[in-house]
Amino acid sequence: MLTVRGISRSFGDHRVLDEVSFDVRPGRMTGFLGANGSGKTTTMRIVLGVLAAHGGTVSWNGQEVTAQTRPDFGYMPEERGLYPKMKVRDQITWLARLHGVDRETAQRNTDALLEDLELTERAGDRLEELSLGNQQRVQIAAALVHEPAVLILDEPFSGLDPIAVETVLDVLRKRAASGVPVLFSSHQLAIVERLCDDVVIISKGRVVANGSREELRARHAGSRYEIVVAEDAGWVRDVPGASILELDGPRAVFEAEPQQVLRAALERGEVRSFTPVVPTLDEIFREVI
Amino acid sequence: MARASFSQATWLVAEREMKTLVTTKGFWIGFAFTIVGLFALTILPTVFGGDDPKVAAVGSAVQVVQGKELDVREVGTVQEAADLVRADDVEAAIVPDGAGVKVLALNDAPDDVVAQLVQAPPVELLDASAVTSGQRAVTVIVFGLVFLMFGMGGAAIAQSTVTEKQTRIVEILVSTVPVRALLAGKILGHTILTLGQVVVLALAAPIALRVAGLGELLGVVAPALGWFVPFLMLGFVLISSMWAVAGALVSRQEDLGSTMGLVMIAVMGPYFGVQFFFENPVVLKWMSFVPFTAGVAMPVRLFAEQAKPWEAILSLGILAATVVAILLVASRLYTNSLLQTGARVKLSKAWAPAE
Repeated sequence: MLTVRGISRSFGDHRVLDEVSFDVRPGRMTGFLGANGSGKTTTMRIVLGVLAAHGGTVSWNGQEVTAQTRPDFGYMPEERGLYPKMKVRDQITWLARLHGVDRETAQRNTDALLEDLELTERAGDRLEELSLGNQQRVQIAAALVHEPAVLILDEPFSGLDPIAVETVLDVLRKRAASGVPVLFSSHQLAIVERLCDDVVIISKGRVVANGSREELRARHAGSRYEIVVAEDAGWVRDVPGASILELDGPRAVFEAEPQQVLRAALERGEVRSFTPVVPTLDEIFREVI
Repeated sequence: MARASFSQATWLVAEREMKTLVTTKGFWIGFAFTIVGLFALTILPTVFGGDDPKVAAVGSAVQVVQGKELDVREVGTVQEAADLVRADDVEAAIVPDGAGVKVLALNDAPDDVVAQLVQAPPVELLDASAVTSGQRAVTVIVFGLVFLMFGMGGAAIAQSTVTEKQTRIVEILVSTVPVRALLAGKILGHTILTLGQVVVLALAAPIALRVAGLGELLGVVAPALGWFVPFLMLGFVLISSMWAVAGALVSRQEDLGSTMGLVMIAVMGPYFGVQFFFENPVVLKWMSFVPFTAGVAMPVRLFAEQAKPWEAILSLGILAATVVAILLVASRLYTNSLLQTGARVKLSKAWAPAE
């Protein structure tokens, strides 16, 4: 498990991170959300040791991460970049070897990844000859080729078309399923909603929400319910303590003590559905930042 | 999982630098240019300066010029000979003059022709040196040019560093291997390439001298060449580390010009310094101990037999110590500025301890 505890960082007088703490658990995809300038990239850079923290610790399996004990990270920086004039396959293999992977394994991993990312045909091309979307896939391959113990991906889906998003998702899910903790930032909340198991929301350098997706939703759900009955649901407003938020013929969204409304509904006739309304990540995000 | 050791990382970086450089056209064009230049410099003077002067000879003067290194054309009268001189068909005419001969020429006394006609007295050199000043001049030019070529070639290190900053791959590299391994790998890769080129040049130089018929000069040049190689290599490492810093201080290729100036001075300064002052033994002696100029000045002094081996070793020692010092400074500047993007990083900021 990757543990971030009390990380702070300033640039000049500007405090960019203030006591940031969260965990990235093995085998889980952790979404890292925040508005532009909220401190996501700075946090990731500190975790990777590219930037020094002004306080706090990053630990891997209970041991503080230093240059010597740093696990193998797969890193995809926010600002993309590989060697434009180097051939795709050579480049990925070289990066794997730079991480200490032997030549044969590096080549094998490269070929497998290029296959998974549907890049095999472009393996012999220079990076600069590829479309931006394909360059992005190469970037993913660069982050994964050395079979990293932890994956830190800054906006891995930006710039990808929906098909490419699926391809990349498959590759990442495979990694997570094999027990690798994955931390990725994104501003595409719909993707995060679908993909992540855990969520960390950061705002102005502070963690404002943190937990599993279900936990977060439940925490922010409040007492909001949706009921669908056979006929008009307008009577719900007459139930003591209930307030209707939405009414659309037989369907009503309300806030109230749920059992009381359900009893009243059953007395009146058929109840087709009765569910708590879970907020979307989008709604939680807007609420907390 | 295993991590790449420092030396493995350094070698991987070096290997990539070399592969990248040898696949560029500029590298091969520059190298071909150097070899062609080397041959041209040694062979051309022989080709152009090799012809015997053309003269016309009249009557009894013909016997005088026989057996001399002159291209003689016999003519009947002095008038005919003078016409040939006026028409610039011959350089001079040798005509009978009383008991002896006299030389007719257009507007310049033809020293080379006269030298053939006089009996030169024997010369004894008190400061006997196997090297003529002409040969020294050529050596200064060759050593200087080679140093200049490779010194400027180091600019590829600055370019490669800026490419990494500009494309931001530097972030992946820095999170993977120590920054010092990046710096060491770059310098190592380019030094190996330079050494390879120097070896080819060193092998080509004797061939060029033989073709030019200057085989006997070889024995004189060889020891100086032997000294030139270590000086060149250490000098190259010194300048490479400065190129690397020049690259690390900026974020875009377009800005590179602003930081390359100082390094260019460090490369060009010694070149011009030695070209201007090689005939002044005092200045040359000083320059042969100053690290930046030693690379050319000391081998030239050794070639001219003005310096003793211990002086060369001392100078190499000073150079090596400077290389170590500059490498330490460069490594700090490089580390601190590598991840700074945007405007050019000021040297003072690059030197300050990291935040």
